[in-house]
Amino acid sequence: MKRVAAYRAPYPGTQPNHLHLPYVSSIKRAPTKPLVPIPYTLSEVTGPSFESTIVAPKASDLTRAHSGEPLGERIVVSGRVLDENSRPITNTVVEIWQANAAGRYRHEVDQHDAPLDPNFTGCGQAVTDAEGRYRFVTIRPGEYPWRNHYNAWRAAHIHFSLFGPAFATRLVTQMFFPGDPLLPFDPIFNCTADEKARNRLISAFDWETTMPEHALGYRFDIILRGREATPMED
Amino acid sequence: MSLMTTTSQTVGPFFKIGFDWLTRDNLVGEGVSGERVTIQGRVFDGDGVPVPDAILEMWQANAHGKYDHAEDTQNKPVEPGFKGYGRMPVSADGVFRLVTIKPGPVPGPKGKEQAPHLAISIFMRGLLKRLVTRMYFPDDERNDGDPILNLVEPARRSTLIARKTAGSPGMLEWNVVLQGPDETVFFDVGL
Repeated sequence: MKRVAAYRAPYPGTQPNHLHLPYVSSIKRAPTKPLVPIPYTLSEVTGPSFESTIVAPKASDLTRAHSGEPLGERIVVSGRVLDENSRPITNTVVEIWQANAAGRYRHEVDQHDAPLDPNFTGCGQAVTDAEGRYRFVTIRPGEYPWRNHYNAWRAAHIHFSLFGPAFATRLVTQMFFPGDPLLPFDPIFNCTADEKARNRLISAFDWETTMPEHALGYRFDIILRGREATPMED
Repeated sequence: MSLMTTTSQTVGPFFKIGFDWLTRDNLVGEGVSGERVTIQGRVFDGDGVPVPDAILEMWQANAHGKYDHAEDTQNKPVEPGFKGYGRMPVSADGVFRLVTIKPGPVPGPKGKEQAPHLAISIFMRGLLKRLVTRMYFPDDERNDGDPILNLVEPARRSTLIARKTAGSPGMLEWNVVLQGPDETVFFDVGL
């Protein structure tokens, strides 16, 4: 068996710590003992893959999941999934979920006093193409209050989940919108020390993918961990 | 000049909307060889209270010790009916359940074999990035020589080994404890 090439560690400050005091839910859930470093083995550099047919083509259009049109502003969210070495991550499943235009999730735990939309479920899936591209059509999610602190509001966001080629590359993140006045006050958005890393979670308005008379385009590229150039010594 | 990995964010409390379509909590279908096991457990927070909004993902080799992945170049068979991926949301009382097979051993560092194990990711509201751990199998003598278990201080290794359920063959119990004296060992894999 040949040696296993490691995945690169993050640049300092570009990933959150488990404990982030302003995010109150982390206090009783973040580990208190130091994580135990382990070397990369075959178990971490392999990972699940899925047939591209697992995702129906219509699963990437969240505005077409019901018989009627959802309320809200239609948007196109698209981008590329690359690794740190700029290589496209092809044929990988991208999952998204989000609140409706009024800032309400279709979830029994969400008791925010805003209307559900019978024409909006708020979940979608896509598979990246040969250049690592994905594309969703959806509606712009609303901001919503939460109970983290007094008068707390989440900035508008879409949840993203990606697999990449290995157990090591699994990533769940959130995409935000440019110019959202709530961004400086959102403890989840601000959980990462490095400001540039944080700001890369903000999508960019994009004329190129804006559909005339139909939907504004937002671009959001996602970078998954890349390989070290040489296999680690074992 | 290389790019920088996108920052992780929490799955939040409403991930069910996005994750339900790919729930995989029974991996045992036709043509899948190996010893059947049912793993059940709970996730506990720092107050010892079961976490109602967590989700576990699992990655494992098949009974031959072969991962269904191009980087596993071992001369061992893959089984078309066994992908090795599990996704198990917890119930309102914090319970998850997985029906699978015990994997075979896989190669590890320095030519050492790794004992049969499941690689586990844990996501929940309150976790800004996933937790990574492993579940090993009880009464497996290969655990003693496992190169990863041996990196863990002996007193904490038991948090990574499932327990048999008395009177129920094939039933294993493995809990995840997020904080405290019995805190589960979580691994640093550079996330």
